Amino acid sequence: MTTVDNDRPRRLRVGRTLGDRVFRGSVRGFGATVLLLMGGIGVFLTIEAIPAFRQFGWSFFTTTEWNPEKGTLGIAAVLVGTVTVALIAMIVAFPLALGTALYISEYAAPRAKRWLIAMIDLMASVPSVIYGLVGAYLLQPEMVYVSRWLHDALGWIPIFQVDTDPDAAVFAQSRYTASALIAALVVAMMVLPYACMVMREVFDQAPQGEREAAYALGSTRWGMIRSVVLPFGKGGIIGGTMLALGRALGETIAVVLIIAPLFEIKVRILENGTITVPALIATRYGESVGIQLAGLLAAGLVLFVVTLITNSIAAVIVTRSRSGASTEL
Amino acid sequence: MTATLTPQRTDAVAPDVPEVRRDLSGRTVDDRVAPFGAALGALGLLSLLYDLLPLSGVLGFVICWYVAFVLLYALVSWYRHPTPAVTDRVAGVLIRTSALLVGGALVTVIGYVFIRGAPALRHLNIFTEDLTAGPQDPLDVGGVLHAIVGTLIQIGIAISITLPLGIGCAVFMTEVGGRLAKVVRTVVEAMTALPSIVCGLFVYIALLLTFDVQRNGFAASLAISVMMLPIIARSAEVVLRVVPGGLREASLALGASQWQTVRKVVLPTARPALVTAMVLGIARGIGETSPVLITAGYTTFTNANPFEGPMVSLPLFAYTLARSPEPLFQTRAFGAAAVLMVLVLLVFLIARLAAARRQGR
Repeated sequence: MTTVDNDRPRRLRVGRTLGDRVFRGSVRGFGATVLLLMGGIGVFLTIEAIPAFRQFGWSFFTTTEWNPEKGTLGIAAVLVGTVTVALIAMIVAFPLALGTALYISEYAAPRAKRWLIAMIDLMASVPSVIYGLVGAYLLQPEMVYVSRWLHDALGWIPIFQVDTDPDAAVFAQSRYTASALIAALVVAMMVLPYACMVMREVFDQAPQGEREAAYALGSTRWGMIRSVVLPFGKGGIIGGTMLALGRALGETIAVVLIIAPLFEIKVRILENGTITVPALIATRYGESVGIQLAGLLAAGLVLFVVTLITNSIAAVIVTRSRSGASTEL
Repeated sequence: MTATLTPQRTDAVAPDVPEVRRDLSGRTVDDRVAPFGAALGALGLLSLLYDLLPLSGVLGFVICWYVAFVLLYALVSWYRHPTPAVTDRVAGVLIRTSALLVGGALVTVIGYVFIRGAPALRHLNIFTEDLTAGPQDPLDVGGVLHAIVGTLIQIGIAISITLPLGIGCAVFMTEVGGRLAKVVRTVVEAMTALPSIVCGLFVYIALLLTFDVQRNGFAASLAISVMMLPIIARSAEVVLRVVPGGLREASLALGASQWQTVRKVVLPTARPALVTAMVLGIARGIGETSPVLITAGYTTFTNANPFEGPMVSLPLFAYTLARSPEPLFQTRAFGAAAVLMVLVLLVFLIARLAAARRQGR
């Protein structure tokens, strides 16, 4: 009876071979290097940006002016501009991405599907400078007329106001160029594939049985999408959109090629001139030294934090939707 | 006498009406024709009324036409169909046109770059000369050779830094694991959110200003690497994670060591998907302008030494010339953009081929 107490489980630890120990060690080294590099960058950015926060304090976030000569630096206007451009981009990109994702997953012929997916991938890999060129030289001249029409028809809404007369015999075209709206349209085109990819993937995972059940109950295709695919893909829709929003916030080149820099908090999206954080960095880094450089870094850091929060929320939502947690029907 | 009954061929009686195949697709003539009718009707309506609208320009006309078309189509459907069918049709039109619009946008973007760049591409010297020409020189003088060389060198250095590091890090995260791996994964995921312009600014301050060096190609490759590394590490990890655990266990059960398992089982299984993920990451790196803008510097001469002197790349070249008011420089910008697009398309094609081989297996 007492012998049972002395019975100990056998030690099952297997010794690793020398090769394995070398392998695990070196791979761990790779991981540690990447961690050091990436973490180091984060720490470096924070340390370098601290002087700006220390010198300007909270006024850094409330000052609209970026005027190194007068010694005032603030990112209020820049942040508003960044958010404006990103939000308009998402308003345009969201319905298009959703529609395209639904088309690829529900409407397209199975044979065409692979090509369409490749098309979206390609759209994501087209360089931003190309989107910027097309936006500046092809879209902008056309958008001037649309902007004027919006101003004319909806000018009583503050965001569609422009400081000029739309009905003048020769209307001031230049007032309608280089606006937040045009930049946002280009950004929309760039971030759309990222949202579309995530949405399409989630829609494809909607359970076949439930689709068939909806059809068997006499549902139309749209009825099926509304009652099965969209509820199932809710997480993917939200997550994909936020992922695209993160990209839209950080877009540089396409925005710089289109906008005219203007440091003003403004809601007039049709009017010439706005500024975003990446555009601020891209246009001002060369002439900056000392505290201005720290200010630029601080602006970049604020943008990074905003993007990081957006991306993390997106990641959580997408992962949850994929694990099937939100699919009780 | 026994009567033999020959079996009667009942089916020999030909029916008066020839048999008609039943249409199972459920699409009626109405379904097929109504959208065309609505589109034509909208066009007709608009050609009469367009002058009354305050909108002008081609884009404005197309927008008005589309709105009129959707409204007319809904109206036509509403005459003969119940509300769910009308909603289905309108939703179908909206979804199809949004896909068409996105596809059209992609074709327009790529097509426009090639059309505007064609005058520059027509002269072969674009591939053999650098841009020592001035703004007034014709297109058969000068080219983008220096930018092509710069792009290849910069992306080459960036690849040789990020691929081993990224894949090694991914192997660590999936195969070794542990608490450190979790930290690495969190940090890598966080760094994918770093805006690309901030990558450039980081290298500019940490390397160029601190050590007081002139801008050069190596700094640009480092900036690209900083941008690419989290992307590569993360996508490689996603790919390695979907390798079935059963394969690993089978290999270990046969007595293979972990190193052998990774080298002979995990990596070969994931290889095609890994190639696709890597190539897409590289495509991102080739096309990225903003980190290069701050770190590479601009030059019109061919510079094959990444450690000394400014070294321009294709996207930076296109960006710089596009901001110039000279029409010939703008054409050259589009020419460079077209060359860049070809490069990205090539890289993309390699990725698709790798993916196709995966599906073939």
